[in-house]
Amino acid sequence: MDKDMKLPLIENGSVIDHIDCGMAIKVLRILGLTSGEPEQTVTVLIKAASRKRKWKDIVKVEGKELKPREVNQIALVAPHATINIIRNHTVVKKITPALPDDVKGIVKCTNLSCISNLNEPIEPSFKVECREPVKLRCHYCDRVVEDPGSHLIE
Amino acid sequence: MNFRGRDVVSIREFSRQEIERVLHVARDMLPVAERRKRSNMLDGYVLSTFFYEPSTRTRLSFQSAICRLGGRYIGFADPAVTSMKKGETLADTVKMAEAYSDAMVLRHPHEGAARLAAEFCSKPVINAGDGAGQHPTQTMLDLFTIKEELGSIDGKTVAMVGDLKYGRTVHSLSYALAMFGAELIFVSPRELQMPKDIVESLSEQGAKLKSTTRLDEAVKEADAVYVTRIQKERFPDPNEYQKVAGIYQINAALLKDAPEDLIVMHPLPRVTEISPEVDPTKHALYFKQAFYGVPVRMALLALVLGEVE
Ligand SMILES: [Zn+2]
Repeated sequence: MDKDMKLPLIENGSVIDHIDCGMAIKVLRILGLTSGEPEQTVTVLIKAASRKRKWKDIVKVEGKELKPREVNQIALVAPHATINIIRNHTVVKKITPALPDDVKGIVKCTNLSCISNLNEPIEPSFKVECREPVKLRCHYCDRVVEDPGSHLIE
Repeated sequence: MNFRGRDVVSIREFSRQEIERVLHVARDMLPVAERRKRSNMLDGYVLSTFFYEPSTRTRLSFQSAICRLGGRYIGFADPAVTSMKKGETLADTVKMAEAYSDAMVLRHPHEGAARLAAEFCSKPVINAGDGAGQHPTQTMLDLFTIKEELGSIDGKTVAMVGDLKYGRTVHSLSYALAMFGAELIFVSPRELQMPKDIVESLSEQGAKLKSTTRLDEAVKEADAVYVTRIQKERFPDPNEYQKVAGIYQINAALLKDAPEDLIVMHPLPRVTEISPEVDPTKHALYFKQAFYGVPVRMALLALVLGEVE
């Protein structure tokens, strides 16, 4: 593996491959890897050559095995991504993220007068209205958010 | 069917059978609402009426409803005096309603506010309008009005007139009327037509629909005309607004050729959509419609508080 990725190999951890080109930073944000004290080395490759889709992004997280629950929300911005779990330089598991029916706490409602955009002790919460392209319906105001990948919570 | 403890946030959460139950109980409430009969059904109950924006008719009809059934109410009608001004969250204010009363009626300028309130309040929450969002008790009283005045909803033709694009309560009412088997005529200027996705979802539901820009023709075919306000702000050009407002006004001349038993409805307050010359005619149903808000809200209160099954 990894012959087409010009990145340091990792011993243990996770490799998120086949991220739609340009979406790596959003993937990191969804995984919560852009904020707080770093606990692991994260390597990002933007615009790598891809046999399947011409260009792709790749994210490697050293020393952390991502769980299906954590990766499912990635499908919002990178519907073609695959996750390889690495132990001792070997892929021990492959996970394909599947968008859950409910999306909570990662996207904000585009309706400015929605109560979820006020300072209330709630997480923005959506039902998946359409999977391809992804559209979400706000649990609070009932409006549809098109292109939720562009409205991630900062 | 069980209403006890239930929230009333959106009309879509109610089946046809459940709405029919509400309308049936509302009819039983009529003599009490008109004070031909007295009731102490909700004696000892306290209702919170929290109005974060003014809506005099809705607020007073809820307050009249609880009083007619022997209960009392607490609350506010003016957001300026509430803790919202001091920066308290709605979630915290709702906990107060939960502690001090048995059910809560909420009017709020932000969409989804009633949903949030229902999540933080273990007692029934009734949505009395959340911004441009839902207003389920208005829909129920509109249905009640048509049923009482026309005998049924099924098979009747209702012309929806005015701003059909932005008014979400018109969308909810159209959905409910279709569910009850009414035929719908959408009458609006081109700029304010019913959104495509709503027309599509109504058609999928099996509704009989048609759209026109001609109010005069729709009036001849309809059993009821439901008029809504066309807001000036929707038109960048004030002359254009004046023109449209003139064309979609209900007046004596328009009703000259209307069927004798045609009813004209309006959620009120009206501005110029219905000329005052219509008021003394037998077509004018809007004031009675506003009165019907009382028995319908009495019915809902009695049901969610569990005093009526
Ligand atoms: Zn929303």
